[in-house]
Amino acid sequence: MKISMPFKPIGIIAGLLFFLLAGVILVLWQLPIITIPLLVITVAGLLLGVAYLTYAERKIIGYIQVRIGPNRVGPRGWLQPIADAVKLMFKEIIFPSTANRFLFVAAPALTMAPALAAWAVIPFDDKWVFADINAGLLYILAMTSMGVYGVILAGWASNSKYAFLGAMRSAAQIVAYEIAMGFALVGVLMAAGSLNLSDIVNAQRGDYGFLNWYWLPLLPLFLIYFISGLAETNRAPFDVAEGESEIVAGFHVEYSGMLFAVFFLAEYLNMILIAALTALLFLGGWLSPFQGTMLETAFAWVPGIAWFLMKTSIFLFLFLWLRATFPRYRYDQIMRLGWKVFIPLTIVWILVLGILILVELPPWFSTAGV
Amino acid sequence: MIKLIFYLFAGILIFAGTRVITVKNPVHAAMFLVLSFFSSAAIWLLLEAEFLAMTLVLVYVGAVMVLFLFVVMMLDINLTVLREGFARYFPVGALVGSLILIEMLLLVGPNYFGLDKFQVPDTASTVPNTVALGRVLYTEYLYAFEIAAVILLVAMVAAIALTMRSKRQNKYQDPARQVEVSAHDRLKVLKMPAEKAQ
Repeated sequence: MKISMPFKPIGIIAGLLFFLLAGVILVLWQLPIITIPLLVITVAGLLLGVAYLTYAERKIIGYIQVRIGPNRVGPRGWLQPIADAVKLMFKEIIFPSTANRFLFVAAPALTMAPALAAWAVIPFDDKWVFADINAGLLYILAMTSMGVYGVILAGWASNSKYAFLGAMRSAAQIVAYEIAMGFALVGVLMAAGSLNLSDIVNAQRGDYGFLNWYWLPLLPLFLIYFISGLAETNRAPFDVAEGESEIVAGFHVEYSGMLFAVFFLAEYLNMILIAALTALLFLGGWLSPFQGTMLETAFAWVPGIAWFLMKTSIFLFLFLWLRATFPRYRYDQIMRLGWKVFIPLTIVWILVLGILILVELPPWFSTAGV
Repeated sequence: MIKLIFYLFAGILIFAGTRVITVKNPVHAAMFLVLSFFSSAAIWLLLEAEFLAMTLVLVYVGAVMVLFLFVVMMLDINLTVLREGFARYFPVGALVGSLILIEMLLLVGPNYFGLDKFQVPDTASTVPNTVALGRVLYTEYLYAFEIAAVILLVAMVAAIALTMRSKRQNKYQDPARQVEVSAHDRLKVLKMPAEKAQ
């Protein structure tokens, strides 16, 4: 293989890396000591979650299609994701000869970084959150909206037609669905009166258990949020950015080895993030579904994080189930759904929600409990 | 500590800002613009203006620059063609540039933007930045806010009107009609007697 472009901007990269490293050290310096092992545990847990999500995906889709799925490596194939990771690590990374090498390498990192950074404000349980900031929801929106850069740059830097088509599709799709997603979040913050994710979960607390959560008064927004999340993460049935039957593999067609693996890591991390967010915003996060009912004491021993993980798992299963069930949307249908169905629907429901809040509809919006 | 972080981000901001206009590849320039937006958002965070910082990242980095890149990436840019008229346009460009510079020098400076011209913002307020901003925006500046909204609406209507100028010549699909189609409209099942095998 001919390498046409030497790695010229090495000085710039070194300078930027130095700045980044300095920043990381500065931040770590300010954190309390206890946070650092917790950070390591969370990131390791997330990566392990990603690994076993790929395994779950292959198994679940396998069973849905009346196959067995991976069952060779380890008992029942449990070590399959480890084997996959090891294989990817030792594969050669091939650079297309006319690729823009710097952006080609930077693109996977740019998808990975926001996918990980967004977890900083996710509360796993009451008070179990790294950064309990007031603008948490905005932060999440800002971070998820940055993931698209990796996809676009990967498509452009590869200097390949297929990759470029994938990048274009992805950019248009993400911009379209981000608006619907943002409006759905506007509904949530109107209902909760806060941008802080912990406050949003606590606002869903009530005497009617799972009926108190926001999925009921915000039902259209709940559905739109989850479907937009599917589109944002480029998952089936909205995976036209990959579209293997039309444009081979879309934006990451030229990637191999670990760079390819990083794209996959980021995609699955984003899936878990969307699932966790849907659980937090619409299904009451760590709250017990039996709150205020007779069963509350019977299930009091279940820690909040267990409820949270269970709710997240439901949505992760939905991700996989949808992929096994639905055919891919046609590109113009995706655009129509995003612009002409979801955005008007969210705007109408925000108006309805405003009225519901004004009339203080119990049990969700009655001011007596607040 | 805060000072150190400030200079870090300010350094990145200035570096990225200069690279935006010096770098040759327009995609690189757009990425440096993203970097500069990001660092200025970080500086705003240091000022505890978290709403503005997040909105800057969300709107400019997350949406505007994505569309920008979208356009820039599709351009087939030939630098030699771009440089062709350099000598011819240079005097005009220099004139306009220096005029802008003079105007900026007249305004931007300690005369109008000095530290003594602004009172120190009340950082000890109990409400979060987002709440405070919302209150001011929807009470004191409601009028300006609404005017801005109307202007944006007009811009949007104009943009849509521009693309819908001509009568629609191309073929397009009507999803409502597509949904209503049933098998009977498209398909006719004929019964044919089987031919005798010979």
